[in-house]
Amino acid sequence: MIEQFDTLKAVAIPLDRGNVDTDAIIPARFLKTITRTGLGEGLFHAWRFDESGKEVPGFTLNRLPYRSGKILVAGENFGCGSSREHAVWSLMDFGIRAVIAPSFGDIFYNNGLKNGLLPVRLAPGEVRDLISQLQEVPGREIYVDLPAQTVTGPDGKGYPFDIGSFPKECLLKGLDEIALTIEHEGEIARYERDGKAKSPWLFLDI
Amino acid sequence: MPTIIRKIWDRHVVTERPEGLCLLYIDRHLVHEVTSPQAFEALRLASRKVRRPLSLLAVPDHNVPTSADRLERIEDPDSRKQIETLRENAREAGITLFDMDDVRQGIVHVTGPENGLILPGITAVCGDSHTSTLGAFGAIAFGIGTTEVEHALATQTLWQKRPREMRITVTGTLGAGVSAKDVILAIIGKIGAGGGTGYAIEYAGEAVRRMSMEERLTICNMTIEAGGRFGMVAPDETTFSYLSGRPAAPGKAHWESAVAEWKTLTTDNGASFDREESIDASRISPQVTWGTSPEDTLPVTGVVPDPANQPDPRVRERMERAMRYMDLRPGTRLTDITVDKVFIGSCTNARIEDLRVAARVARGKKVADGVTAMVVPGSGLVKQQAEEEGLDTIFLEAGFQWRLPGCSMCLGMNPDRLKPGERCASTSNRNFEGRMGPGGRTHLMSPMMAAAAAITGRITDVREVM
Repeated sequence: MIEQFDTLKAVAIPLDRGNVDTDAIIPARFLKTITRTGLGEGLFHAWRFDESGKEVPGFTLNRLPYRSGKILVAGENFGCGSSREHAVWSLMDFGIRAVIAPSFGDIFYNNGLKNGLLPVRLAPGEVRDLISQLQEVPGREIYVDLPAQTVTGPDGKGYPFDIGSFPKECLLKGLDEIALTIEHEGEIARYERDGKAKSPWLFLDI
Repeated sequence: MPTIIRKIWDRHVVTERPEGLCLLYIDRHLVHEVTSPQAFEALRLASRKVRRPLSLLAVPDHNVPTSADRLERIEDPDSRKQIETLRENAREAGITLFDMDDVRQGIVHVTGPENGLILPGITAVCGDSHTSTLGAFGAIAFGIGTTEVEHALATQTLWQKRPREMRITVTGTLGAGVSAKDVILAIIGKIGAGGGTGYAIEYAGEAVRRMSMEERLTICNMTIEAGGRFGMVAPDETTFSYLSGRPAAPGKAHWESAVAEWKTLTTDNGASFDREESIDASRISPQVTWGTSPEDTLPVTGVVPDPANQPDPRVRERMERAMRYMDLRPGTRLTDITVDKVFIGSCTNARIEDLRVAARVARGKKVADGVTAMVVPGSGLVKQQAEEEGLDTIFLEAGFQWRLPGCSMCLGMNPDRLKPGERCASTSNRNFEGRMGPGGRTHLMSPMMAAAAAITGRITDVREVM
């Protein structure tokens, strides 16, 4: 289900908060679905809407230049907490394709990679730089170049970032990871055969 | 001289790519109704099968009502649909299901261990971040997203990067009224909600050695609240005697050889960790969170902190925001905060020992006027055991509700939730904004502390009412 990612130039949304958890990204009551679609409505629901369901005009995502934003720039430990992949699906349904932050919850980071929502780790000072540029002039764009592994800020300054070579290849080519793993079927079967001989109790049926 | 983390990891590597990316074999996979439907659906669309269905357990927990009439009706059609979908997926794939009418049904991280499904040295996954709980047996257990659930269903493996390794040593002896929950909250307070990011954590030290399995499960459960990928405790006699005789644990034929192997699962003397932390248990007081991150924890004797004392403007801003959400003022004594609801339950604290210590505090007392207090056992088996011990009577006579097992109020997904503005003393694991219901306010604490809050109607130092 991975959506291919190559380069992206788009309006960037500053969300200057740390520890944004996946309950905040999408509250649990929106998880009662058996599909991956239509979750954008629940995105940041408690922050985007008031109790009567009306939009909160001051919240960043509701402001005009940001409605078409595709890149989110946030504080440290973004996506911490619950493993719900719905957080990634709701961001993507809203149109977000990349999140830049100093650090991410590990499960969120993986979930992003598996769907084609690119998580980019930059140094805290670099993220602060980007956020203040975006806050100064709302609606400015950021350029994310996955092949080159760089982010270019509104002022033209470039920031290199790290990403594993395997997830990078999967993102660039939109590869089906399960199909790749199935190529290792022989090794998996051998692992099971050896394991059963050595520690049979690990293979007891439930 | 490897660590226990390294030993278990290496045994499960099917193949390794550059940069430490390993194809890990997965021994046990638990599924619940919320994070699995899209995975089963994707398998069907790709004409793929569940590779080893009998290594899995399916159990509904997040959506299930905890009211007595839940077998007759679940009002929310979406919840009903998710539970039915889990049932159909399990049946179609040939996966064992502990359904709502099964006494073994409960919170996945409670029911897995008590049925002997989680053993030392194994890898276990579930589409749920609190899978870290299961590391208490000396296992690699971690939460995954739905795409990885699908991958594990199809291949019995996952691609995982080698973790950095951290050891947290808990020295000393816990004081009266202080529990495993207080230890893990104090640890999170110390290293921060992102302090464990990228790390696997081994909990060690004399205080951990003395802990029961239930207490170790509580500690490992909240590893994710410090950002840790997984947490574990090396297995020992406590682990072996807990497992002995459990339904899915090795029986007579394998027991001796299993234990012999499990005894090798320790960190070798002289093994080195990427990071070491330690904490003195004897200096830990009962903890309470005041804010909207589990790292916002303080001794119950403390006061709500003053953001003005924070030099870092971003930290100050976060604290002010948390304080507004929680409707608290700097300098307020924690014990002056009144509560509307009390929740004793969740995968952190709904096991038999949790209920026993809470009942000891509640025995012969009454829930304060205006407070709604509920006890939600972690599983049908915990409920049954508690009832055999008469704990239900103690709670009911004190005015607590005694409910059916499930995740309940912890995550605001089933009918048990907070109303906007309500304040709750909770034994769960997350005090995030809106976690227990939109606008709800959560103070995390131990089962003893929550029981004490129910009796007095405010946050209370349990040591004063024991």
